[in-house]
Amino acid sequence: MKKTKIKTDKLNLFYGAKQALIDISMEIPEKRVTAFIGPSGCGKSTFLRSLNRMNDLIPGVKINGDVIIDDINIYDKNIDVVQLRKRIGMVFQKSNPFPKSIYDNIAYGPRVNGISGKSTLDEIVETSLIRAAIWDEVKDRLKSSAMGLSGGQQQRLCIARALAVNPDIILMDEPASALDPISTSKIEELIHELKTDYTIVIVTHNMQQAARVSDFTAFFYIGELIEMDKTTTIFTNPYNKKTEEYITGRFG
Amino acid sequence: MENNTEIVEEKKEYITHKPLAYGKKLYIGEFLAENIIRLTAFISIFTIFAIFYYVFQEASFAFLPIKDKNVKTEIISTNNNSTETTKQTGAEMQQETYGSSTSSTSEPVQEKYGSSPSQNEELKQEKYGSSTSTDELVQEKYGSTSSSNKTEEIKSETYGSKNSSTEEVKPETYGTKRSSTSDEVKPETYGSNTSTPNEEVKPETYGSATSSNQDINQNNISTTETNTEVTETATSLEDGYAEKPITFKDVLLSNDYIDSKPAYIWQPISTNAKFSFIPLFVGALKVTLIGIAIAAPLAIFAAIFTVAFAPKWLKEIIKPAIEILAGFPSVVIGFFCLITLASVIQTFFGTTFRLNSFVGGIGMSMAVIPIIYTVTEDALNAVPTYMKEASLALGASKWQTAWRVILPSALPGVFAALILGFGRAFGETMIALMATGNAALNSANIFESVRTLAATIGSEMAEVEFRGVHYGVLFLIGAVLFIITFALNAFAEFYIRKKLMKKIQGN
Repeated sequence: MKKTKIKTDKLNLFYGAKQALIDISMEIPEKRVTAFIGPSGCGKSTFLRSLNRMNDLIPGVKINGDVIIDDINIYDKNIDVVQLRKRIGMVFQKSNPFPKSIYDNIAYGPRVNGISGKSTLDEIVETSLIRAAIWDEVKDRLKSSAMGLSGGQQQRLCIARALAVNPDIILMDEPASALDPISTSKIEELIHELKTDYTIVIVTHNMQQAARVSDFTAFFYIGELIEMDKTTTIFTNPYNKKTEEYITGRFG
Repeated sequence: MENNTEIVEEKKEYITHKPLAYGKKLYIGEFLAENIIRLTAFISIFTIFAIFYYVFQEASFAFLPIKDKNVKTEIISTNNNSTETTKQTGAEMQQETYGSSTSSTSEPVQEKYGSSPSQNEELKQEKYGSSTSTDELVQEKYGSTSSSNKTEEIKSETYGSKNSSTEEVKPETYGTKRSSTSDEVKPETYGSNTSTPNEEVKPETYGSATSSNQDINQNNISTTETNTEVTETATSLEDGYAEKPITFKDVLLSNDYIDSKPAYIWQPISTNAKFSFIPLFVGALKVTLIGIAIAAPLAIFAAIFTVAFAPKWLKEIIKPAIEILAGFPSVVIGFFCLITLASVIQTFFGTTFRLNSFVGGIGMSMAVIPIIYTVTEDALNAVPTYMKEASLALGASKWQTAWRVILPSALPGVFAALILGFGRAFGETMIALMATGNAALNSANIFESVRTLAATIGSEMAEVEFRGVHYGVLFLIGAVLFIITFALNAFAEFYIRKKLMKKIQGN
């Protein structure tokens, strides 16, 4: 097993009085794809968002416990959230390109990182788009608005945008849930390509997808981590009965 | 994906991150920007509340008139002994703008807060012309005699000018009675002196007099000298002047020469009346642009602050408060500018004219800030959360998110807010009337008095001959105002907004 990239220790999260995550401790390995599965409302997306502190933006959220990335506790008072988020790319469920041109969308991340040279930006844009496997489709219309792309293209654009800031970790929150099968398969291929360089954490509703793309799978149920293991193990021989019931489709 | 093969081989590192570590970094520029925004937001909010405070504070004089006059500025001291002042300096006169300046003194504060009863009684008499010569009054009202109709010294006299010959204490309020020597008395709005037969105009025109009505019927727009018959009662007036109907040329093109240069003159009451809209338009534009230039950054920054930076509890206080202020009566703002702000500006900038377009512009900005703020804030709030999250997840700071994502996305809304504010400022009457000095000067200097289109209607409407040329011209101004506002809104709605939307949303 590879080195651990993200480690959480007894992470609890409350929305006001309601506890959404209960004592979650897990280790996410570096340069592997880890999938979170579980029924709706089980806290998998919430957990994902607490890995780059996006939950801070939601009023009334309280968190205790540790999330340790590269030996640093990201919930430490002394952590610069902006710096942290630069290390952790995120792709959302709904594709959310900025209402700008394709080029500006990709260049946004580098620009807020202080890169302004045109040739460097050009290179970053091209590399990112190529890596996200969308370059061929958009190279002739980089200056046109990103809002004109199809849903699948927009989602890959968002992945390219996340790649442009050169993160270590990419968090994906149901990246293919709103897409057609062809776009979905493109995204899955892409994830497969990317895992050589990035630690990828993906939340998915689709168990087949988890089985196809991930190396490790974690099963969540009502705010708790029930089981986490190699994907093959989870899908063939789960330890916990709940997991088995969910995977075989008896609930969820 | 054939090209994937060549892709994967190298991961170029254009952006290198230092290893994650404890310790926050301070970005000076960002820190400053954030705090400047915060500051401007607080300044604008503070200004608005300061006006509130001011209004209530000044209102207290209604209950507690000043006993010790030394407390209240030099203005009082100059006027205390002015019962017999026959000459007054320009500055004093300006200050008397609204305190009708009769020989019986009365600087504004006194009048307003009713400190000196006896004088006030006098004043009232004079003001409402209760005494003796009502007829004369009327005559004077619509045109008092003077040989000189060149009246360059247009000061900010609004409701009455002061003569050198003051035996005629009389209702300066509504009309200047002037001896021929009194050139320095400016032929302002209400105290207009012309050697015209305007005196004919007289109350008759408002209904009773039959003959004049016939005249009106004959030539709809202009009552001509035929009116003179009706006006025999009016004494001591020079006659022989016929009103000429105007054309658009008169309104738009140069109508006079000053130093052999073409000039644009607004001089509606004169033997040779001149109705150039240019100085009025320039005046309105000056005041509006100054107002917008001050209001826009304040209001937009305040909106950005409430949307992007303010904690929730502060948001819940600021937003409703400013929305209530959108209904702030403009006359109160005008009053504030007239009495206090104008003096402050004059002291600070040492301007010649106490009331000028800059003062008016600041007043305008106060009226316009709540409008721009409210609309902008709504537009910024309408930017979807996922957009903000996308930016923040890329490692952008709050400030970068606000500036580069939220504001551009809301640009059409911000633009609409500016257009709304512009329209409001352009048509705003009361503030312009009270605070800009009302001299139709055609100049680029922001510290000179101006007269705006709207204020012209406001100040002259009571003075015109019913269905006369001047009357028609005032309505023409109204039409122009309407057209400008309409055109602006149409422009905003159909052209720029769509274009902006297209640019932003693609296709």
